Amino acid sequence: MPKSLDHKRRFHWAPYVALAPAALIAAFMYVGTMVWTIWISFTSSKMLPINNFVGFYQYQRLFADERWQISASNLVIYVVLFIAGSLVLGLLLAIALDQRVRAESSLRTIFLYPQGMSFIVTGLVWQWIMNPELGLQNVVHQLGWRSAQLDWIVRPHLAIYVLVIAGVWQAAGLVMAIMLAGLRGIDPELWKAARVDGVPLTRYYLNIVIPMLKPMFVTAIVLLAVGGVKVYDLIVAMTGGGPGIATEVPTKFVMEFLFRRANIGLATAAASVMFVTVIAVVGPWIYVEHFRREKGRKPV
Amino acid sequence: MKAEISSNTAHLMVSRGEAAGRKPQRLTIGRIGIYTFLIISAAFFLLPLYVMVITSLKTMPEIRQGNLFAFPEAFNLAAWMKAWSSACTGLDCNGVSVGFLNSFKIAIPSVIASIGLAAWTGYALCFWRAKGAEFIFAILLAGAFIPFQVFIYPIVRIFSTIGLFGTLPGIIIVHVVFGLPVTTLLFRNFFVGLPIDLFKASRVDGANFYQIFRHIMLPMATPIIVVAVILQVTGIWNDFLYGLIFAGRENLPMTVQLNNVVNSTQGVKEYNVNMAATIITALLPLLVYFFSGRWFVRGIAAGAVKG
Repeated sequence: MPKSLDHKRRFHWAPYVALAPAALIAAFMYVGTMVWTIWISFTSSKMLPINNFVGFYQYQRLFADERWQISASNLVIYVVLFIAGSLVLGLLLAIALDQRVRAESSLRTIFLYPQGMSFIVTGLVWQWIMNPELGLQNVVHQLGWRSAQLDWIVRPHLAIYVLVIAGVWQAAGLVMAIMLAGLRGIDPELWKAARVDGVPLTRYYLNIVIPMLKPMFVTAIVLLAVGGVKVYDLIVAMTGGGPGIATEVPTKFVMEFLFRRANIGLATAAASVMFVTVIAVVGPWIYVEHFRREKGRKPV
Repeated sequence: MKAEISSNTAHLMVSRGEAAGRKPQRLTIGRIGIYTFLIISAAFFLLPLYVMVITSLKTMPEIRQGNLFAFPEAFNLAAWMKAWSSACTGLDCNGVSVGFLNSFKIAIPSVIASIGLAAWTGYALCFWRAKGAEFIFAILLAGAFIPFQVFIYPIVRIFSTIGLFGTLPGIIIVHVVFGLPVTTLLFRNFFVGLPIDLFKASRVDGANFYQIFRHIMLPMATPIIVVAVILQVTGIWNDFLYGLIFAGRENLPMTVQLNNVVNSTQGVKEYNVNMAATIITALLPLLVYFFSGRWFVRGIAAGAVKG
């Protein structure tokens, strides 16, 4: 963009004043608080922050802590299955909807409405559905399959998978919307050409369409990964981290040690680990998407 | 990426049911398979809503004896009444109605303030060449991805020091601050898409920074304001974490009260009351969703990063 007219020489103070609130928020509420959190994690702070530098002591304690180990491994399980499940279901729904089906817009509405609900609502409904005495297990038993065991929510090794189901239920619609938009951008002539060449439908989708949807996959995976790492409300509502500590996750670990156990050194160490992990994944992506190949007009 | 999403979803919205794919065929095995898959999926997605509604209309004896999916014998609204006005959260027994009002008290000012600030910031970022503006934007954007737990403790300390912790203004500020990245992004991307000549012409006509914003850009931004309002109303209504920490006992939003009602360990579990309270909490966002459909889709694509 040309630097704009004759105003080039004059200094414009208005935009600086206008951006002041955003700049203050970015400087104090984002960067400042983050630096403070990281600093606390290097001190021996317990209930209140003190400036007694102890190096990586809190991090050593953190990684030796069983609750943290369970939290971290739960998060890996949750995020991987949540992304995979939402992607597969969302993509299949989008492909199915793209076959000129009837009632497409009603179906789209149905698949997407969970996005509008609070994680608390989602968590509580699924908690009820999975209720071991009166929920789904009871229904299956009444149908005659007496040996069916669907009381996953009270089983330490299975409860995390119930959370995945609820998470996928909420997020698959978003993936569907993103993928459907991508599919609608593909030239219909492509399928005609592929069919003339005798390419079967499954291979058409696997080898031609899915590679073309790569940008949608990247978008969907980043959104799901970020949402997955932030998971907190869903777990508070659905299992409360239980049974025992079987479904604890890092966000909950931080909250627990900040506000219940008054061990802010350890809590901020955990928060800092989360921060570094997220930045390592998202940082390069933000750079590539927003700052390197800024297509079209740059903001003036 | 965001620009990509919004143009994609815009495409999605205009193509009303116009599958660009293959020509419709006669009823083949493949078509039956597709419909079967779609119907089973629709059932999976609708199931929780169905269970929630029918459970709330049953009586407790009916729930204990019956089947989760069975239709209620009679529509019993007692559970709704109790959920609204007398369900207990620990010691208080005022139902979720208190939270309902609190959520409005939090949401209305938060939505207005955050959208005003976001439109203003997005406009300044997009049309005015200020040094460091892109840097500010990059920080905000990165902030949208970072878990809230990274910021929370220092904010609690700062707010306690200046007396904002546990107050209505405190929770509103938190919503404005942490809603800023996504809403600013919406406005910035919208303004980037406007013809630059519009801006240049206003400058030539002698309009100043504020006048261009107020009389040219803001009226043009109506569609994106609608998207932002929907996004923020549902997002703030559905928030749990900010409200739990910052709202204070007097102003707990509905989601927090709902969780307290359902997961309180005292007394006998009344599943019908719990589900009624859950629906009441979900009602506003669901109504917004069903009535705003296509606008909503644009918002969630941008808002998904909010988590």
